Amino acid sequence: MLNRITHARYIIQKKFTFNAYLKIMRILPFSICLVITVSLVVILNKEWQVGDNTLPPVGKFMSPQQGFWQNAEPVNKDFNASVVSDYLKGKSEVYFDERMVPHVFAENESDAYFIQGYLHAKFRLWQMEFETYAAAGRISELIGEKAINFDRERRRLGMVYAAEKAVEEMEKDSITKAQCDAYTAGVNAYISSMKESELPVEYKLLNYEPEKWSNLKTALFLKYMSYELAGYESDFENTNAKNVFGLKDFDIMYPLSQDSLDPIIPRDTTHLKPGLSLKTPPTADSLYFSKNDSSDILHDKPNPENGSNNWAVSGKKTKSGKPILCNDPHLGLNLPSLWFEMQISVPGMNVYGATFPAAPGIIIGFNDSCAWGVTNSERDVRDYYKIKFKDGSMKEYWFNGEWKQSDFRYEHIKIKDKPEEVDTIAYTVFGPVMYDMHYRGGRRDGKDDGRTDGGYYAVRWKAHDPSNELMVFNRLNHSGNYEDYLNAIKWMHTPGQNFVFASKNGDIAMWCQGEFPAKWKHQGQFIMPGTDSSYMWQADIPQNENPHIKNPERGFVSSANQLPVDPNSYPYYLGGSFPPYRGISMNRFLAGMNNIEPADMMQLQTENYDVFAEMARPLFLKYMTVDSLDETQKKYFDIMKSWNLRDDYQEKGATVFSLVWDFFEKEIWYDDISKTNLPVPRPHESTLLEALLKDSAFKFIDDINTPQKESLQDEMLKGFRLAADSVKHLDAVGRLEWGKAKDTRVTHLARLIPFSRLHLQIGGGKHCINAASEDHGPSWRMIVSLTDVTQAYGVYPGGQSGNPGSPYYDDFVDEWAAGKYYPLWMMKKGDETNAKVKFKIVFGK
Amino acid sequence: MKFVSSIFLTALLSFFAGLYLPWWSVALSAFVTALLVPEKPWKSFVAAFAGVFILWALLAAVIDSKNSHILSQKIAHIFPLGGSYFLLILVTAFIGALVGGFAGLTASYVRKNT
Repeated sequence: MLNRITHARYIIQKKFTFNAYLKIMRILPFSICLVITVSLVVILNKEWQVGDNTLPPVGKFMSPQQGFWQNAEPVNKDFNASVVSDYLKGKSEVYFDERMVPHVFAENESDAYFIQGYLHAKFRLWQMEFETYAAAGRISELIGEKAINFDRERRRLGMVYAAEKAVEEMEKDSITKAQCDAYTAGVNAYISSMKESELPVEYKLLNYEPEKWSNLKTALFLKYMSYELAGYESDFENTNAKNVFGLKDFDIMYPLSQDSLDPIIPRDTTHLKPGLSLKTPPTADSLYFSKNDSSDILHDKPNPENGSNNWAVSGKKTKSGKPILCNDPHLGLNLPSLWFEMQISVPGMNVYGATFPAAPGIIIGFNDSCAWGVTNSERDVRDYYKIKFKDGSMKEYWFNGEWKQSDFRYEHIKIKDKPEEVDTIAYTVFGPVMYDMHYRGGRRDGKDDGRTDGGYYAVRWKAHDPSNELMVFNRLNHSGNYEDYLNAIKWMHTPGQNFVFASKNGDIAMWCQGEFPAKWKHQGQFIMPGTDSSYMWQADIPQNENPHIKNPERGFVSSANQLPVDPNSYPYYLGGSFPPYRGISMNRFLAGMNNIEPADMMQLQTENYDVFAEMARPLFLKYMTVDSLDETQKKYFDIMKSWNLRDDYQEKGATVFSLVWDFFEKEIWYDDISKTNLPVPRPHESTLLEALLKDSAFKFIDDINTPQKESLQDEMLKGFRLAADSVKHLDAVGRLEWGKAKDTRVTHLARLIPFSRLHLQIGGGKHCINAASEDHGPSWRMIVSLTDVTQAYGVYPGGQSGNPGSPYYDDFVDEWAAGKYYPLWMMKKGDETNAKVKFKIVFGK
Repeated sequence: MKFVSSIFLTALLSFFAGLYLPWWSVALSAFVTALLVPEKPWKSFVAAFAGVFILWALLAAVIDSKNSHILSQKIAHIFPLGGSYFLLILVTAFIGALVGGFAGLTASYVRKNT
């Protein structure tokens, strides 16, 4: 009996232990596998730093139902849709043609701008946001600490401050407020309708989501354009150069004009007598023009090549008897493109052209009565004042004989994966103190690069002044004639633009329009004393004193960023940097043309003739001691000699000339400039060329580091030999052809090479009308013939869709590179069944 | 047969879950399937792995084909895959499959072994 109990207990115990053993054998692997599974999900759902790059959450990114695969649009995607919103007042239709250009037919303007916002967001949301984050100095928020100085620079320049003032001004006017409100509502309607899987691929790669849009963001974008077009100056570098070389030599190295200048407004045009007389400060000779403190502050600058071409020819020069207007703005070449084509048709307004995703209205375009375009005025509207603070707290500064209180603005800069930084910026009567002991420019990632200038510099920038740029374009869109055009452009304060105009009734006109500070000669070229008001801008140039012309004798108006007038005959100092060559080329061609048709204008816009080379090459032919060249060098010299002066894709001579000039120019200036370690501006090529054409014993030829006095022949030979080495290298790798050496490309905004278009087959260059350089050039080309039925043509290096997964992402690039154009279709009611119409989106309540 | 239906069920559940839930719902689908279809652990792993692999590969390949490989080739350059959309599809499928496989394996330890 006892044995059986003991045995039963033994069996139960053994079974219990065995069950327990079995259980443990399952709980342990279960737990381990659970941990592995959960860890995998967590790891694949997180961003990881791999060296310099950040890997997006790979699980999310690669998932076919949520990740980038959802952006891989079927090539025959059906874009038909119906959009409902309470914001809409009526019913509207949008027709897309084969190039995905939307033709908007709305019952009222509010709906039209709502739709514009919606479409901009639908096709270009990431770009709009990214550009406005950049303008607002919020890139650290997206990519981390390495962009901290990029952000500080923009906050301290007062980009956000300027945008806030712009919104205030824009919202004071009921027309622009309604326009911007509707636009913002449209953008937000799209954003809220978007599923996570529909996010643009760049959001998925960078692992963030869009914010709500606001009128402030539109204003930020407009200030971004102001920065690109009216933000260039070299006041610190000029001051250093003046201190090192003295004012006399400074004026030789950096002259205010060129001998070859062909100004925008023809020389024989009479100007109004100036209404203002300006007072040069009494201390100018002792404190401003003389040697004073230099600075090693170095800051971001917009591309100095930002500019454009525009012209209009009157009916007396065209085959049709009606004017033709042309415009090609030159900006950084990016994907998605800065521009988005569309047509907006409402009762009373029918307009087509290039628009800016991020802002309402048509920016460069035409309607049923007239056409308009812009080139950059290049005027200097950004100056610096040296501030004397009582102490490092920056609470008080010396101004007009007393201590004045500064205001403070606190810029909160969010940094990805790090705590936020608060940048304290003192504001003076001039503007924000951009540089102080906490910030001196330099490296983008904010790491110390040894800058030592501890001075305080406030920036006075015209873009800070209240202005309503949206009104300019709103009114231009509605314009019917010259008077309307004038009433539109006078709203443009900053960035100043040379507005070209042409209308069906035969008028052509050019106004160099902006609200420009009236300056005395050299005002703002150097850093100015900020301790009293005598150096402040005394007034704005009265609007009617801006250079302008209407229906000139010569039958055409044109501008290519050259000086608007001969500076010696204009009462106000122009400031800024004005390249002369495209203007010379353009006017020469236009003067000689007659019976002009759109095809002739296409040829002119894509003209690769190099006027600078035409003027400079003879110097080399005259002064080169050919006998001192070796076999290879002579070969290259012959290539340059027999070159046809065209910057065409296949021309080797263009590359040789370009390198020879660059090395020769360096040879002349380098010894003088390297007298100092301080940043100084690079002299313009026109300066050296024209000095040598006048005097082959130009004082800067001599190499100051050698005991002997070099001649022009010596320096030219030296420069040529150095250039020949580079030429040989390019030749060896088969890249001596101009187009290959230049290697034009269109780069994705976030610099992702696979989303960019490289090695484009296009010639041209900065001295040609076809100003296509490595990563910069004609971002939109437009030709409008103002015949009764408008005939318009256009192209830009991009595509309507901002989605790299779409066939419409970059479908225009090759056409643009080849110098071809698309007809711009001004669709009418009744065209709905036209074969050109591919899709329709209906908008309603 | 049970093994094949395990693969199929994993794929089906993952697809429907993916319509409404985030990407890691493949783990939930594989887990549920392995609970419903008891298998030896290694078989659960392989079935779940294969189920998600086939689903994600198929989805990606169909999308890719309709897109004429426009985006996949670019992404396959951003990631070090030499521009091969084929490799990209494989990598895509593998990532989902790995998560699904381990989820299925985890579930196989909940029940008694058969």
